[in-house]
Amino acid sequence: MFDQLDQIFVTALHWLVGFVPEAWRPLASSLICIAFILSVFPAVFSVTTIFERKGIGRIQNRYGPNRVGIPFTKIRLAGFGQFLPDGVKMLTKEDIVPRAADKVVHFLAPVVMLIPVLLAYAVLPFGKNMAVTDYDAGLLFFFAVGGAVEVSVFMAGWSSRNKYSLLGAMRAIAQMVSYEIPLILSAVTVVMVVGSLNLNDIIAHQNQYTFGVAHWHVFTPWGLVGFILFFIASLAESNRTPFDLPEAESEIIAGYFTEYSGFKFALFFLGEYLGMFAIIGLGITLFLGGWTSPVAFLAWIPSYVWFFTKLMAIVFIFIWIRATLPRLRMDQLMNFAWKFMLPLALINILVAGIWHYMAADWQRWLVCSVIIFGAYVVLGRGLMQNQKFGKRIYRYAE
Amino acid sequence: MIGEQIIKGMAVTAKNFFGSYVSKERLTTVQYPEEHLAQKENTRQFPFLVYDGDDWETGLRCVACQICEKECPPKCIYIVKSKDKKPDYKGQPQIYPVTFDIDISVCMSCQICVEVCPFESIKMDTKFELSTADRFGGLLLTRDKLAKPNTYYQAIHPQDAAESDAVIAGEKAKAEAKAKAAAEAKVKADAEVKAKAAAAAAVAPMPVPAPPTPPPAPQ
Repeated sequence: MFDQLDQIFVTALHWLVGFVPEAWRPLASSLICIAFILSVFPAVFSVTTIFERKGIGRIQNRYGPNRVGIPFTKIRLAGFGQFLPDGVKMLTKEDIVPRAADKVVHFLAPVVMLIPVLLAYAVLPFGKNMAVTDYDAGLLFFFAVGGAVEVSVFMAGWSSRNKYSLLGAMRAIAQMVSYEIPLILSAVTVVMVVGSLNLNDIIAHQNQYTFGVAHWHVFTPWGLVGFILFFIASLAESNRTPFDLPEAESEIIAGYFTEYSGFKFALFFLGEYLGMFAIIGLGITLFLGGWTSPVAFLAWIPSYVWFFTKLMAIVFIFIWIRATLPRLRMDQLMNFAWKFMLPLALINILVAGIWHYMAADWQRWLVCSVIIFGAYVVLGRGLMQNQKFGKRIYRYAE
Repeated sequence: MIGEQIIKGMAVTAKNFFGSYVSKERLTTVQYPEEHLAQKENTRQFPFLVYDGDDWETGLRCVACQICEKECPPKCIYIVKSKDKKPDYKGQPQIYPVTFDIDISVCMSCQICVEVCPFESIKMDTKFELSTADRFGGLLLTRDKLAKPNTYYQAIHPQDAAESDAVIAGEKAKAEAKAKAAAEAKVKADAEVKAKAAAAAAVAPMPVPAPPTPPPAPQ
């Protein structure tokens, strides 16, 4: 019975596809999958915006939005109806294009932003047998389409012909290119250990239990470091605080989408959050066992429930970090990427190799942990070496 | 070690997050339409007219002297005097306002009308939820909307109301003392007159000086 519940979406898909003629079935199947992605993830996005506002509110000892409920009634739903008026407001606003803007590129940028992000969902397994495509180079495909987001960001910043937009776009490019390297290098460890780029294989590798505990990659030394590096890099890739320099509203208004309004702004906003969910989904797949349960006795819970629970948990940590940390400075951002994360990711690859070739006993745990801990301490010291903390001196123009 | 302070910061925010669900004291937000903050003693929004007793028409303190109308910087007060007179709190016959309008869309809440009023009759209200669908008629407060009992004034500004009541009581006492003195003087004069009449019946009594007539109201 639990198996049927687990496979309910897969069964429903097969049942629906059964209605169309044989020749059209692949097309119908992919259309239904696209509809699923296009409906579920924007819905998660809309709920996340409320969670984010309420969560940050609570962290700042406020209530957050708690008024809007079902229209024309007194039911408030603790403010969870807020996304509806927000969306309607955004879609009905005037779409302003600057006179000096490159109209075509300005129009294309939000579309170019959203399409790769949606494509990335094609390889993510949301549940057991629930990946849209079982693609052998899934991880590679994910990073390849993810790289296209940078193009759209620069298109937006360049075409707006606004200095804030351009500054935001430059920062975004510098940041995304820098952080893509630790992102991919931390994912490489998983590929080394599993021996496959297929995300379904990666999950299958983690879907084993010893003493009732899953073999998630995060439960190994290299996996833990890999996950933390991946997590930090994904924060930077999705332009979240403390890496929100490209859209630092206190410095450069809204960065690369300063000149966007109405529907295009909504598309950027949506694209950014969908990109965040996609990269979190990949992180879950690589290190947190994807749709698998952490302990064997909870394996009866449907796989998609596990996936979305993990997704929302990581999203909550993102929100928590956003409410805690201030924005980095550009040089701090670069130093952190190139002087700390990149060497640590490289050492982590070495550790993953050692882990793979050593016998599976306590010695490899010790060796790997010592190497990683030592590298962490040394690199951390190196990063903080030239930092001078003290009274800030302000110099004013005479 | 790098990252320690981040963990500390995260602990602080987590404490705030869970604390806001546990203790109500942490939440500084006042849920406005349902809850209100206690108002300060000196809160002021727009003026209102004080009346004594239960009936606003007879108890209105305003005597339509028009000082506030003249002093009002944005000229938002409009007063029409009455032709007849009605007794005020001292029992003295006084003119009263037939029309007393304040346009609160013009009023700037400067309180000058309150400061110049010699009769403790115009005071500042604390009501601020005055939004209306009619921006002309809805924001023009007429006499009946402006009149509020003295008990209301005592409730919203207890300190100022006490001072105002003391002034009124002083005035009343003064008037009463004056009346009493006048009555006594009259009795005395009558007695003197009687004595004089008794002493010399032929001598006519001295005429009592008439009270000064109020100057004619400017039309």
